[in-house]
Amino acid sequence: MENNILVEVKNLKKYFPVKSGILSRKKNYLKAVDGLNLKIYKGETIGLVGESGCGKSTTGRLILRLLEPTEGKIFFDGKEITDLDKNKLKSMRKDFQMVFQDPYACLNPRLSIKSIIEEPLKTHKYRPSERKKTVKDLLEKVGIPKSYMDRYPHEFSGGQRQRIGIARALALNPKFIVADEPVAALDVSIQAQILNLMSDLQDEYNLTYLFIAHDLSVVQYISDRIGVMYLGSLVELSESQELFDYTIHPYTRALLSAIPIPDPEIEKRQINLEGEIPSPINPPDGCRFHTRCPYAEEICREKRPEFREVKKEHYVACHLAEKFINKQNTEIR
Amino acid sequence: MGEIWYRFRKNKLALFGFSVLLVFIILALAAPIIAPYDPFQMSTGETLQSPNSAHIFGTDQFGRDILSRIIHGTRISFKVGIISVGISLVVGVAMGICAGYFGGWIDIIISRIIDIMFSFPDIFLALVIMAILGTSLTNVMIAIGIVYTPIFARIARGSTLTVKDNAYIEAARSIGVGDLMTIIRHILPNILAPLIVQITLSFGFAIRSEAALSFLGLGVEPDVPSWGIMLNEGKDWMELAWWVSVFPGLAATLAILSFNVLGDGLRDALDPKLKNESE
Repeated sequence: MENNILVEVKNLKKYFPVKSGILSRKKNYLKAVDGLNLKIYKGETIGLVGESGCGKSTTGRLILRLLEPTEGKIFFDGKEITDLDKNKLKSMRKDFQMVFQDPYACLNPRLSIKSIIEEPLKTHKYRPSERKKTVKDLLEKVGIPKSYMDRYPHEFSGGQRQRIGIARALALNPKFIVADEPVAALDVSIQAQILNLMSDLQDEYNLTYLFIAHDLSVVQYISDRIGVMYLGSLVELSESQELFDYTIHPYTRALLSAIPIPDPEIEKRQINLEGEIPSPINPPDGCRFHTRCPYAEEICREKRPEFREVKKEHYVACHLAEKFINKQNTEIR
Repeated sequence: MGEIWYRFRKNKLALFGFSVLLVFIILALAAPIIAPYDPFQMSTGETLQSPNSAHIFGTDQFGRDILSRIIHGTRISFKVGIISVGISLVVGVAMGICAGYFGGWIDIIISRIIDIMFSFPDIFLALVIMAILGTSLTNVMIAIGIVYTPIFARIARGSTLTVKDNAYIEAARSIGVGDLMTIIRHILPNILAPLIVQITLSFGFAIRSEAALSFLGLGVEPDVPSWGIMLNEGKDWMELAWWVSVFPGLAATLAILSFNVLGDGLRDALDPKLKNESE
């Protein structure tokens, strides 16, 4: 299993400095990602979910080295990429790409879609004949007619633009793609098309996905494993079905209970969390979740729980994990 | 593009400005052919003639034909406009994009330079530069170019900051596109609209500044047929021969006004907010 790891993240941290007033000497930091550990295996799709502001997008950008981590190490295909210099990083970028959330902002409105998809090939010095062929192939793969390649982004719908964004990400034949809420801005019917396209392409190109979303049902559909984030770190990580059937962490349980079930016969008990998500500038001591957790005990307020494997391939950061183990979610699912 | 032209065409005033400027450009290009007399030709027998059939706009104190001098003056004015706006455009946009794109210390230094330049009244700054460089057409263009640089720098910086946050800039980075290519391919084409408007308006400013500097005697050399020089010379004869200064003044006013209404029209035509409303 160990040599199957494509991406490994160790104790990743990203603190953004926050201005705290002119006279104050003390610098405040927004702890967007705070001690995250994650292994991503070759060929899998790992879903990353959590409320807005929990650091999931930041995590994706850190792994792609679009942001500089404050602390921690990132390994890609066995090589550490945390401190790579500009030139080495540029050639590494071929292997990991990104699909963006907003299909309207991710394409330069002044470039034709041919130039947009060609850009990664140009940047990495592919020959013109090769570029032309690749662009045509890619358009066909993502389901955009070749004859449209001289058109501009505003002539396409949201779903089509997302397809163009995917084609651009695939141009360099990457091994790993971070998809940052790729369907959040699309209609539900289009969402399914894009998700299906992504999983077809995964089989064809042997891709590994880090799929960031806030919609659990979308993640459930596409992911092999799911990680749940809360205030900058993972609270639960397990195989997808396991997570839905044998939820351990109280936060995940609350999230799951919020998914509507299209059956009026099923009586559902929704867990309503109290209060707002605490500020990442000043996160609570101990377990980050204790301020909103209905089961919180003394230890939760004092000690930050370790992210540990409580069951095979099921990781949880909770002191009371044993209490919830093997308890099937009948009441919330 | 067609859509912008359509919206521009609906603005009659801007269209008028555009047509007037076209006429001026033709005059400037074909000045030696169109002008009825040599602008430097003095004639002692024909000094200070009021407008008549031989000299439509009259003659000045040396008997030179005013219409011919105005037509040749168009050349000077447009040359000053193009070159000085060119200088401020290139320098200002480079400064502004660097400040907006790289941020941090670079931004702080460039922004403060812009602020310092802005704190001088523009004609005063131009006068100081001219006093240092000395009077000549080249120096006028350099001085005006420097004076209008901070406007372009500020516009470019602001627009860059807006464009920089778009996901396509991040997409370019994730592909491995370098900073220079990102600026050329992704930033520059997307900040063009406000710059085009400023270019048009600045032409008007530049022509006005040249005329003002020349009028004050710190512009081009006195024998050059510039609108400002003609105004300056004409002011001495104002009571005797109004036409010597009024016609070049009108020409300058018309050109500056045309650039301003054209600039306003372009701004409305290129404004993305108006575009959304019409859709």
